[in-house]
Amino acid sequence: MSEMKKIKNLKEFSTSADRFEGANLLCPGCAHSIIVREVLNATNDDLVLSASTGCLEVCTAVYPYTSWDASWIHIGFENSSTAVAGAESMYKVLKRKNRLKQPERNPKFVSFAGDGASYDIGFQWISGCMERGHNIMHVVLDNEVYANTGGQRSSSTPIGSSATTSPAGRVSYGEKKNKKDLMGIMAAHGIPYAAQVAPNKWKDMVKKIQHGFSVDGPVFINAVSPCTTEWKFDPKDTMHLTDLATDSLVFPLYEIIDGHELNITYRPKNVVPVEEYLAAQGRFKHLFKDEYKYLIKEWQERVDAQWAYLQRREEARV
Amino acid sequence: MAFDKMELRDIEVWDGNFAAAQALRQSQVDVVAAYPITPSTPIVEGYAKFTSDGYVEGEFVMVESEHAAMSACIGAAAAGGRVATATSSQGFALMVETLYQASGMRLPIVLNVVNRALAAPLNVNGDHSDMYLGRDSGWIQLDAYCPQDAYDLNFVAFRVSEDHDVRLPCMVHQDGFMTSHTAQGVHTLTDDKAYGFVGDFKPMNDMLDFEHPVTHGVQTEEDWHFEHKARQHNDLMTKVMPKIQAAFDDFEKLSGRKYNIVEKYDMDDADVCVVCLGTSVETAREVATEMRAEGIKAGVVGIRVIRPFPFLEIAEALKGVKAIAALDRSSPNGTVGMLFNEIAGSLFNTDTKAMLSGYVYGLGGRDLTKAHLVALFKELQANIDAGKVTTPLQQFIGVRGPKLAYL
Repeated sequence: MSEMKKIKNLKEFSTSADRFEGANLLCPGCAHSIIVREVLNATNDDLVLSASTGCLEVCTAVYPYTSWDASWIHIGFENSSTAVAGAESMYKVLKRKNRLKQPERNPKFVSFAGDGASYDIGFQWISGCMERGHNIMHVVLDNEVYANTGGQRSSSTPIGSSATTSPAGRVSYGEKKNKKDLMGIMAAHGIPYAAQVAPNKWKDMVKKIQHGFSVDGPVFINAVSPCTTEWKFDPKDTMHLTDLATDSLVFPLYEIIDGHELNITYRPKNVVPVEEYLAAQGRFKHLFKDEYKYLIKEWQERVDAQWAYLQRREEARV
Repeated sequence: MAFDKMELRDIEVWDGNFAAAQALRQSQVDVVAAYPITPSTPIVEGYAKFTSDGYVEGEFVMVESEHAAMSACIGAAAAGGRVATATSSQGFALMVETLYQASGMRLPIVLNVVNRALAAPLNVNGDHSDMYLGRDSGWIQLDAYCPQDAYDLNFVAFRVSEDHDVRLPCMVHQDGFMTSHTAQGVHTLTDDKAYGFVGDFKPMNDMLDFEHPVTHGVQTEEDWHFEHKARQHNDLMTKVMPKIQAAFDDFEKLSGRKYNIVEKYDMDDADVCVVCLGTSVETAREVATEMRAEGIKAGVVGIRVIRPFPFLEIAEALKGVKAIAALDRSSPNGTVGMLFNEIAGSLFNTDTKAMLSGYVYGLGGRDLTKAHLVALFKELQANIDAGKVTTPLQQFIGVRGPKLAYL
């Protein structure tokens, strides 16, 4: 096992050797690039990466250019986890057979995928990889919408959000279903590590990514990734939106070890009302009409209940 | 080497599946990722057992679907090692998306396709529907007629697919149950000879070379997509056939067994001939010999390489023939059969102006009997005697109910 990278401060972290180049086609203010850099910069080890079809993929590997200064593969929308699992299997064999070109290296295998490619179409592939125990990390860039194809709902899209296939209209408040609890489902596979992270809480994130790299077996990371285009906010406000997501507890930061031991890793000093989080985004604008105000109240109740549940789980140590 | 060698008799009694599994073992495949489906399952079961018994040092990844099987194979191949899997029918259909990804990324992978019908109606038996479904996917496709071929062609497949001038994945086809589950005497190679033929895997643009990071599977739009696809197609059409021929020649030197891109039988002076694939080739050969005794100059052309299609070799083989039957073991649904089309295309600008008839047969494992072929050869001869095609362009062999025929 190689030594874990030591990071003193944000300045050092943000200027460390970059294997995800600044030259890419992602929207200004997109959180994807921030999350990816935080994941990659958490280690000095070699990387084998994959990405599913989606914003990250189409914006970073447009022939004849690439934004990746590390081995990288894209196959399809659904199978980024399995692609990197295949590479990890080959690594194991070649190591055993003494055929690695740099046998002293200790590569990390990471797949990136959006919520569509993880909560929906890629769900089966991720589940398979988790169950089989590949030594890989799957990172979800969770922007709660099919952003690459122009804003259709996914099973991560939260209730009341207006997406192009669940639009708010004269008689509809938009998305009718609650966001799928992918963390719970993945943890139920009994994997060694699952965690929710947010790019604004970079220290928490680095700690979790490094822990993920240190365990033997599959790791699931769910990263909140505010989308300026589909959440409808000013590109300069990405970190503000992320702060609102974590501090309102809409996107709580916690980890689940070995499928059961739950730890809350961030407790906001001042919890922000959910209403503030919703009000900062165009996709929830219609909820502030009189007839839908009850939904904001329900939102708050749901977030409170989820937070209470997480705390009970943490306390119970089961 | 850390794995154990296996002592084989010169001739073993193997079915097609076990023959293919033995070829995977002797090639020392690094990664097999697979999902079971009838009738191909015993191939990967065989590899798994060889791994458990210490005869292979590779990794067997038992994934959750055929789509994932090929996805893992692609990741493994991009990482730089020898990769193979097997499938059939619906599983093959589920793989189709990734088949295009594998060939488009120019990754060497060997896929054993044990041919089986496509549902609906659900059917586990052999026909060529899955083989035809994959024919535009950019893979090389070799066809085995018997267990011996299934064994031998796997070695050829690794050799050609992994050639750095080719770098295209390769399928080895065999007929579901008729070849896959029928045990016959198979002439074997020793482990050393077999491995010597396929050779050590030589990686190229491998993801595990950390000094030279690579980007696989990029996006191209209208500015580059055409160039990539056209180059891949051009390489498949121009580079692959000479490599296959060279591999066949070397394999003959090694084993004494001769393979040809197009297998001609009694074609030197044939008036009538049948062009077909798979197990039907052997049946047709037997019937052709019997027809000769009755005064009909019959021959058989078996196609060994389905993709790239051997247009020139077919035109050469069919030179001087007067009546041809193209036998397709797949329902062409709305057109003439694949072989009918390809043969017509092969002959169109040549001096050969033979009469061409299309026959659909054997769907879902229905037998093609010698009696069927006797009638068929006689029909071709009748066409010659009449000086024109007297029968419909497309007919169905041995289907119950009112006679089905078109055009």
